[in-house]
Amino acid sequence: MESESRIPTRMGDGELVHMTRSEIRADLEAGTAAAVKRAKVPPLTEDELQHLLDIYGSPARFTGVDIGTEVVLSFDGSGMKTIASRREDLQIYEQWFGADTIELHHVDYSFKPVKAIVPFEAQEMHDVLLRVVAPVQYGAQPNLGLYSQPDGPVPNWSELLPLGKIAEARASQEEAVPMAVKDMVYVCEAMWEAGADGVDFDTSAAAGDADFQATLLAVEEVRRRCPGLGIELGMSGEFVLGMHGEVEYDGVRLAGLWPAAQMKLAAKAGATIFGPVVNVNASKSSAWNIARTCTIVKPCVEQATIPIHINVGMGVGAVCMTKYPPVDAVSRASRACVDILKVDGL
Amino acid sequence: MRTAGDLVGRMEMTRGMRLPDAKAYVAEKLGVSPADLSDPVLMHEIREQLGLGRITTFEISHPNQPVAIESKFNVEQALGVPINSVRRFEERRLSSRP
Repeated sequence: MESESRIPTRMGDGELVHMTRSEIRADLEAGTAAAVKRAKVPPLTEDELQHLLDIYGSPARFTGVDIGTEVVLSFDGSGMKTIASRREDLQIYEQWFGADTIELHHVDYSFKPVKAIVPFEAQEMHDVLLRVVAPVQYGAQPNLGLYSQPDGPVPNWSELLPLGKIAEARASQEEAVPMAVKDMVYVCEAMWEAGADGVDFDTSAAAGDADFQATLLAVEEVRRRCPGLGIELGMSGEFVLGMHGEVEYDGVRLAGLWPAAQMKLAAKAGATIFGPVVNVNASKSSAWNIARTCTIVKPCVEQATIPIHINVGMGVGAVCMTKYPPVDAVSRASRACVDILKVDGL
Repeated sequence: MRTAGDLVGRMEMTRGMRLPDAKAYVAEKLGVSPADLSDPVLMHEIREQLGLGRITTFEISHPNQPVAIESKFNVEQALGVPINSVRRFEERRLSSRP
């Protein structure tokens, strides 16, 4: 009896393993089933699973989309003095890496610390814009946690919750929200006046539903004040954690929202690009993770009224949870998101 | 900028256009088909003709070609949409006149 050949592929933590085509197919089926059960979304179709099997059942080092079906590649974190100065790094991203859009940011990468140095950041944005052609956005995280003690002024809800002080934890988050909104609007307006093409609210909802509420309120106000500014709202996880549990935006309870519902609120607030996230399970294969990712995000892309740039990077979007993700895993995940989901960008 | 990703990306970012619409818009403005937008050979020539900025790492000398902010003036004209940094450039230039 002839045994199936084994194909090199990746685990979610980046380990190179060898699996048979049947094993990869089984993981694809298990991945989409896991998404259906958790996110209450339809499974991938047989054709879609077969296409994923063709992508993940190939031993090729690299794979790519068909000619003519390329998408926009946006880059968060592309200017952070990795090689030279921030502005030179951005020129390198444009001229050497061929980045379609680039992003200036401070290494602290949260709006609250940027507020204190915004004149310097705005000057850097001004100078960068003189040197590049590609659209430039300024990126930072809403990071509501920075407004709780000991980093901020309000009591720490993460300490209050384990003590059973639910009302106090909720009140603390509610107190932090307007502070975060004010800081985000202040920074974004400064970037608009400096000439930025867009802003990127990156890793939104990292501190839960109140964090997401603050972000949506900030987006709404930035849209009002800066009508031509691009606004990307990128998420931190696949569903919104209910650290508060009751906060709403536009009458919608935010805790527990999945990408399609997140996208609708982002668009309603005034975002021009939405970045859904699906977290990687490091102990499952890349095939399992991509099937789960595509299943969860598919309704979001299908219902979208604004461009969808799915997060495909370290630990998200079926890319391995490792510092330097291997190109075989990155290219497979990228191609799968374009082919199956029809995303507008990565 | 090897092709037209920055132009399509600009329409997505600042106008909220989805990819097929953004590609169709840019293609029409440049007088090409949407599929042509990702052909680096063709787009290199078109970008040079229209002064939209290019990858110039293997062209050491191009002193008469627009680059950076100069190119963005041409991008603004080619796409028919205002670019924030170009408008600010004009405002600052005019406000500094004696």
